[in-house]
Amino acid sequence: MAQAHAPDSSKYYLPHNSPWPIFASVSVFTIMLGAVVYLNDWTGLWSIIPGFALLFTMFICWFHTVIGENQHGIYNLQVDRSFRMGMLWFILSEVMFFGAFFGALFYARILAVPWLGGEGVKFFTHFILWPTYEGTWPTNGPAHIGGNAGSFNIVPAFGVPAINTLVLLSSGVTVTIAHHALRQGKRGMLIVFLAATFLLGFTFVGLQAHEYGESYRELGLRLSTGIYGSTFFMLTGFHGLHVTIGATMLVIIWLRVLRGHFTPQRHFAFEAVSWYWHFVDVVWLGLFIFVYWL
Amino acid sequence: MAEHTHAPAATSPAHAVHAVHDEHDHRPHGWRRWVYATNHKDIGTMYLVFAGLMFLIGGSFAMVIRAELFEPGMQLVDPQFFNSMTTMHALFMIFGAVMPAWTGLANWLIPMQIGAPDMALPRLNNLSFWILPFAFTLLFSTLFVPGGAPAGGWTLYAPLMVQTGDAFPMTIFAIHMMGASSILGAINVIVTIMNMRAKGMGLLRMPLFVWTWFITAFLLIAAMPVLAGAVTMLLTDHYFGTTFFTATGGGDPIMFQHIFWFFGHPEVYILILPAFGVVSEIIPTFSRKPLFGYETMVYATASIGFLSFIVWAHHMFVTGIPLAGQLFFMLSTMLIAVPTGVKVFNWTATMYKGSLSFEPPMLFALGFLFMFTIGGFSGLMLALVPADYEYHGTYFVVAHFHYVLVPGAIFAIIGAVYYWLPKWSGKMYDMRLATWHFWLSTVFVNVLFFPQHFLGLAGMPRRIPDYAVQFTDWNMVSSIGGFAFGLSQLLFPYIVLKCLRSGEPATGRVWESAHGLEWELPSPAPYHSWGEPPSEALIARGAAH
Ligand code: HEM
Ligand SMILES: [Cu+2]
Repeated sequence: MAQAHAPDSSKYYLPHNSPWPIFASVSVFTIMLGAVVYLNDWTGLWSIIPGFALLFTMFICWFHTVIGENQHGIYNLQVDRSFRMGMLWFILSEVMFFGAFFGALFYARILAVPWLGGEGVKFFTHFILWPTYEGTWPTNGPAHIGGNAGSFNIVPAFGVPAINTLVLLSSGVTVTIAHHALRQGKRGMLIVFLAATFLLGFTFVGLQAHEYGESYRELGLRLSTGIYGSTFFMLTGFHGLHVTIGATMLVIIWLRVLRGHFTPQRHFAFEAVSWYWHFVDVVWLGLFIFVYWL
Repeated sequence: MAEHTHAPAATSPAHAVHAVHDEHDHRPHGWRRWVYATNHKDIGTMYLVFAGLMFLIGGSFAMVIRAELFEPGMQLVDPQFFNSMTTMHALFMIFGAVMPAWTGLANWLIPMQIGAPDMALPRLNNLSFWILPFAFTLLFSTLFVPGGAPAGGWTLYAPLMVQTGDAFPMTIFAIHMMGASSILGAINVIVTIMNMRAKGMGLLRMPLFVWTWFITAFLLIAAMPVLAGAVTMLLTDHYFGTTFFTATGGGDPIMFQHIFWFFGHPEVYILILPAFGVVSEIIPTFSRKPLFGYETMVYATASIGFLSFIVWAHHMFVTGIPLAGQLFFMLSTMLIAVPTGVKVFNWTATMYKGSLSFEPPMLFALGFLFMFTIGGFSGLMLALVPADYEYHGTYFVVAHFHYVLVPGAIFAIIGAVYYWLPKWSGKMYDMRLATWHFWLSTVFVNVLFFPQHFLGLAGMPRRIPDYAVQFTDWNMVSSIGGFAFGLSQLLFPYIVLKCLRSGEPATGRVWESAHGLEWELPSPAPYHSWGEPPSEALIARGAAH
């Protein structure tokens, strides 16, 4: 089909038309429809599978196109800068998404729960509705939603979570070493340290899954355990999802390294993924401090 | 042509040969041109057409509302459906009409105005647009599912919203999709402005439309993800047993309002900042004077953008937030009036001793100036805590936000179309009819919304399908204004279509004293705006401040 490169391409690069964006919209729509029919009890959970299948196909095809174009050297430095900036602002939007959940956590801990316990301006709620409620953290609320009083325990910070902190922090170090290796053209070191990074990432996810299992089976701590369970699982859950995505992207980057895709000067994809990885790392520090520790 | 010589795999080999010729009109044809679009003008056009369609649908919902409110008592619809109408009207107008219209204008104008060939990330651009029709298909179809369309108001407050029927997940996911679309669009705008400016187009030489959109894009990136988080919590509260907004579990329904309005107030500035940009372009042209206080306009816009994140609880004065909180949010809200005042002053000063003429874009800009200011003043009244105790939840609030949104944002969008349409299409529209469009809109928008101030002050609650008889007269007036305003808007597509079909050819400059790079291009503007970067002399000529 016709291409649209009319501008002087020594000055500008413009990509040609592409079917993948509309494919992406359709995939997202299909996922949403699948989730709607499932949540409304019209079908089983299988209904979200077609959408995700489309989405993965789309990702593979779109990345394939972009990587192919990139390997043919048709992207100039301006395109490279656009990609970088785009990734940075995308990460900022992710930060704000986590911000909403951290906001909920702080609001509940600092304001809502103490108010329910009788502090501050909302004394009468406490006095009339729940005079015996203490309002201490962790809590599943005055009506002990998702269990009876004292029926759940929390994950201690200095167990698996502390190990996971070490795992994730060292993966931040290994990815940086890999980056330096890439810049200096030390291929062997790059391959090893990049592999170490995603292995650490998957270790993290594995430990996290193990910890979730224990919470559900032994600690009596579930997503539905009042505000503590809500904030705990939503924050750590979205974070775990991001780690999984990040680690998968690291694997893809690693495969590309094996194929010799990056040069010491030009390796946007590598940098984008490593930025994403650092972002996931920093979010975890926030989680470790505010969700597990304090 | 260096790129083409080694690009054979991803592009067709034949292409490399003939791309050198026919620089400008080399566009794809048929449905692929639109569905696979990567051209900023094509995508801008799709955004604008989409916004027009949503304006029509959202407008019909409003007609249902005004018909039911014509008289006291229940005549046409049942209360549940009435509430669905107010909810859907707002969601369609905000997310379907105004925001996409601004993104469409950004697509059309920003590359032309900064001397770029296109947006920085054209395929992402396609994705941001094409998410929208799907999102609104999902939202629109809620009208037909068991339990009806969402009826808890566009603010989606918990716990009311959580009681929605089968429409509940559809609404949530539609909002997720709209949010994703806006975030991607905003990233594209920021990257375009930061990375695609022609050499010599310094930041403080950019036209104000570019500046205001730049700041709007930051607001979008910071605010939309928070809305996504809020509705995700609604979803898990409904289906997965979380208790974010349930006091029995230690959560708090008021917390939803905090998170929502942390998004919501920046959102209203997302709707209005680009309008400030448009007005700042139109008024100098038809006053034949440079804009007064260009730099203060930039700084005022930036400070409005910043302040918009620390005023959110002025929507929550009656929820029982602590007194210190009420005082803080009252004062921060009133602070916004300062940079807003700077802008109104600058626009007025630009006209002072200018040689004014009143073509349709100027009329809409002037309408904006007067009526947006009315909305700003009623906002100031609402910002006063003790006064808001009276006004909150009444038609006074409805009057306030419709003054800033209809003769504010919508007038600016219409004004922008009348200003740039000749540049886009290469044809002039019927200015006499457009003048009629302006006067009909202006008269009836006031008939429609001014009486709502009286109703609100007299205590008529908003979002109510029936009312006490003493409110009848002004409601009838308002409904008549509503129907007439709605009908007058049909002139708009007629004028645009007539222009596209049989308009007289327009010159490149279009308006004799228009300044800016887009006016240096021929009309209609070439398919790729600046295939060759503009010279610095051209840029200096455009930046007339
Ligand atoms: C001088 C600037 C402004 C001030 C001081 C101001 C103040 C306020 C206040 C205090 C409220 C809450 C009223 C209540 O619910 O009791 C409010 C509501 C509202 N304002 Fe403004 N406002 C200003 C400008 C704007 C602008 C520029 C827009 C949009 C373009 C806007 C859109 C809205 C909307 C949509 C609502 C109602 C939201 C709802 O409850 O559904 N305002 N404003
Ligand atoms: Cu506000």
